[in-house]
Amino acid sequence: MSPVQVQGEVLSIRRVGDYHAMTVVAPGIADGARPGHFIAVGIGGPDSAMVLRRAFALVEAQDRGVYGGTVEFVFAVRGRGTAWLAERRPHDPLDVVGPLGRPFQLPKNPVHAVVVGGGYGAAPLLALAEQLRSRGCRVDAVLGASTGERLFGALEAKRMTTAMAITTDDGSVGEQGRVTDVLPEMIERGADLVYACGPMPMLQAVAELAAAYGIPAQVAVEETMACGIGVCMTCVLPVRGTDGVTRMVRSCVEGPVFHADQVRFDAIGTVPADALGAPVVTA
Amino acid sequence: MTDVALVAAPGHDDAALGVDPTTVLAGVAYANPVFTASGCAAAGQELAQFFDPSLLGGVVTKSIMLKPRSGRATPRMAETPSGMLNSIGLQGPGIDAFLERDLPWLAERGIPAVVSIAGETAEDYVKLATKVRGRKGLTMLEVNISCPNVESRGQVFACDPAAAAAVIAGVRRASSVPVFAKLSPDVTSIVDVAQAVVEAGAHGLSMINTTLGVDINTDTLRPTLANVTGGLSGPAVRPIALRCIWQVHAAMPEVPILGMGGIRSGLDALQFLAAGASAVSVGTAVFGDPHAPLRVLEELRSALAHRGFSSAAEVVGIAHRPVDARVPEGADPPGDLPAETLET
Repeated sequence: MSPVQVQGEVLSIRRVGDYHAMTVVAPGIADGARPGHFIAVGIGGPDSAMVLRRAFALVEAQDRGVYGGTVEFVFAVRGRGTAWLAERRPHDPLDVVGPLGRPFQLPKNPVHAVVVGGGYGAAPLLALAEQLRSRGCRVDAVLGASTGERLFGALEAKRMTTAMAITTDDGSVGEQGRVTDVLPEMIERGADLVYACGPMPMLQAVAELAAAYGIPAQVAVEETMACGIGVCMTCVLPVRGTDGVTRMVRSCVEGPVFHADQVRFDAIGTVPADALGAPVVTA
Repeated sequence: MTDVALVAAPGHDDAALGVDPTTVLAGVAYANPVFTASGCAAAGQELAQFFDPSLLGGVVTKSIMLKPRSGRATPRMAETPSGMLNSIGLQGPGIDAFLERDLPWLAERGIPAVVSIAGETAEDYVKLATKVRGRKGLTMLEVNISCPNVESRGQVFACDPAAAAAVIAGVRRASSVPVFAKLSPDVTSIVDVAQAVVEAGAHGLSMINTTLGVDINTDTLRPTLANVTGGLSGPAVRPIALRCIWQVHAAMPEVPILGMGGIRSGLDALQFLAAGASAVSVGTAVFGDPHAPLRVLEELRSALAHRGFSSAAEVVGIAHRPVDARVPEGADPPGDLPAETLET
């Protein structure tokens, strides 16, 4: 599935707690879109001073219907680009490229999966949970955030999961604590694998727990990107290949979903000395 | 799937069909003057998902080094007003993998390749030129002597005319295709560096590489980039690029220039040609618009047609000529219309 660039049109934008959820009419992007795919959105129009795209995980992609193909994504206002995006209104044009990246891999058998989302990292997990269920999987969920306002998708997740736990740092919703405080209990219900999306420290903690329980985990990382299509080389992270060699790989084309045990979480933000082509350290 | 909203090749302008877009760089003819820029298009495969790269003048590949290279730690990127800083650090697979995988991909599709090479020593460049020599698809070498993201600023050969000349002389001896030296704007006199590399045998010049910058994260109050400094690119540097091209073309009008630095429209490209570039590379604009190189080409052809030019070549360096000589016979005086109405 090759990505396409579409001059789309905003269909709706709504507040969801501290976040904004936007649906865009963007024919062609939903074709072949899978849970874990992302889109890259142009900011500010063709003469914008903000020259780089912003990447967002797809919440949902509808390849047909009255609007002829829509994509939904969720974002927090974190800078000028997302502030501009939050000001878009229905019928405004929006330049969208997608679907991008490698999606979550689905199990062939009806296994028992736990999805773990931190903040709006829950975005791609809702469609994933739905697909898992349609394959006969049991799906449990753990959603966490700093506050209740920063939870995303809790209602939808509750509808499509067998068991669900919520944690918040401030205890405003669910249990006070972190997703990894309740994840062991969820895994002990018989989970065969874990899917996670959220901030890097959370992904690292989830990866360690899954490893401790001896079950596989897939994690969708969120790295800063300039292009989203594999040419800028800014979104790299150290990943150990099946050949045992660590490479600085692009999260946009080789991710954003990785097997958790291949990501060198301890070395993110650095180039490990044993990475392919790492600089030779001279004292 | 609905095709109407897809961004395909930009709308064709019939008048543009009357413009001969071919360009010649140091004796090599290219179908048109719009290329990708080194480091902004990998080796063409990713952009081929969006348009056919053989429609461009050529693909300038990401600078390749002798050995695989991991590049620098992250964060490697910061968006800045009308531009971005990057400190990728020449991440790449090394020349052997490039020759095995990337260059053949371009050659098989008939895409003219301009291979950018980068080394840590002058000898590295000679070895690279020797390895690439005679390979199918290779049409030109762009010698990156100006990457700001190297271990030591002392290795920016392009900041020292003698060091730059030494690299170029070695590459020239080892190469059988035209050799273009890619220059840095971060020098006191770019004309001095340009003259030094031309005397050393450079057939042409690529201008400009990024200019060094810093961004501070206002939450952490520390540099945004792990490497502290990065190379600034994008529309923010366009006037600097045009200044460099202007100065060098004025001093050495016979030396062909591949111009780059912040081009994102056909009118931007037209400025570069008028300042003295024979062709242009579209770089950072690709990150915001994967179709940018092809769109720039179509817009440039339209812009030339609507100004009464019949070829891209006749506009090269035209801004240096006296005002009376600028407008070709039979053309509408460009001053009568605002630029916007001329564009399409």
